[in-house]
Amino acid sequence: MEALKQELKEKIITILNLEDIQPADINDNDALFGDGLGLDSIDALELIVMLDKDYGIKLSDPKEGRAIFQSIETMAAYITENRTK
Amino acid sequence: MKKCYINGVGCVSAQKTFGEGFLDEVIVNKDNNVLEISQPDYKEFIAPAAGRRMAKGVKNGIVASAMALKEAGLDQPDAIITGTGMGCVVDSEKFLKAILDNNEEFLTPTSFIQSTHNTVGGQIALGLQCKAYNFTYVNGAVSFESALIDAQLQIDEGEANAVLTGGVEEAGEATMHFLEIKGNIKSKGQTDYDVLTSTSKGSVFSEGAVFFVLSGDKQQTTYAELKDVAIYNVLDKDEVEGKLKDFLKHNNLDISDIDAVVLGYNGDVDFDGYYNELAKNTLSNIPQLYYKHLSGEFNTASAFGLWLASQVVKKQYIPSAVLINSIEKKEYKNIVLYNQYKGKDHSFTLVSKC
Repeated sequence: MEALKQELKEKIITILNLEDIQPADINDNDALFGDGLGLDSIDALELIVMLDKDYGIKLSDPKEGRAIFQSIETMAAYITENRTK
Repeated sequence: MKKCYINGVGCVSAQKTFGEGFLDEVIVNKDNNVLEISQPDYKEFIAPAAGRRMAKGVKNGIVASAMALKEAGLDQPDAIITGTGMGCVVDSEKFLKAILDNNEEFLTPTSFIQSTHNTVGGQIALGLQCKAYNFTYVNGAVSFESALIDAQLQIDEGEANAVLTGGVEEAGEATMHFLEIKGNIKSKGQTDYDVLTSTSKGSVFSEGAVFFVLSGDKQQTTYAELKDVAIYNVLDKDEVEGKLKDFLKHNNLDISDIDAVVLGYNGDVDFDGYYNELAKNTLSNIPQLYYKHLSGEFNTASAFGLWLASQVVKKQYIPSAVLINSIEKKEYKNIVLYNQYKGKDHSFTLVSKC
């Protein structure tokens, strides 16, 4: 789980081109959207594609994303339970 | 036609064309077939959160436009008009590569959204929260001149008084590679990259962004008056001189009134003869300037030429790095620019001291 969390932080920084942010700067329970990392709706689409491409998870209901993408902690838990690759 | 003044300029190019100085120190290329730009400090102009999705062409456009607006003391333009021949090729390449790499699956929105030609104009407007007229011209090597003509018309018609107008081009790795294969870009490892002595086909490419604030009002920061712009899609070499004379006549001038000419020589042995038609004949007795050895070739490189001409008119001197001949004039009042690319997209632009 810890390795997955680190992997997610690195992927998010790379995919979303978060300049000047290091994996260590993101706490596991920090909010990814809004006041936390400040991600927006376009970033949410990027994360949905990342789940599909890298972990084989297809989100059929976009509303699910709100809970899944709350933090690194919630993302890692969801991926662990649902990943197909 | 109403007068149209150049009140502010911003230039991001392969040279250090921002800050103080006017081509005092130049980077003379000897080894590269694609020139890298001299990067400004983007963070001075673009918040990291806003800039993280932007490719370099968008960033350069925003920086150049911010410089021009600041110099002109303008917060909100009445119109934003951009010229670009190739548009945002870096994001286009990224999106197309993702299609191929992922077998048409897993396509993400960011590069697609940013890949359109009008991304630069759109991002400038978003940054300024400017809801005014916003138009992007995609007309090959006269894209920038098309934007200039529209800006002049907007001012003349009273639709706008201060227009942010510019040219932007981006060098994408794959696109540069394709252009090299096609012969538009000189091959890597060639030895004749020098623009004036080249005996080979193609040219040295680059990228850049140049923006101007054009206005119906003259002010303290004014560089020059943009008198006229003319475009011809196709000309034969023997037609160039006649077209130039017609252009000048339309502005109540003749050859003897011209104090300097800025020529778009790019080192392509097949097409630099167009410039020779003027340089070796009609305009042989006036100062001749060139610039693509400094800026590189790209569809809107002529915007760098206008930046150069504007600086010469305002500062009343010509840096040695851009001189083709050694003729000097006491005063640089009227400067004409001539550009073409591969015998097509010819343009004449006239700027005058005011």
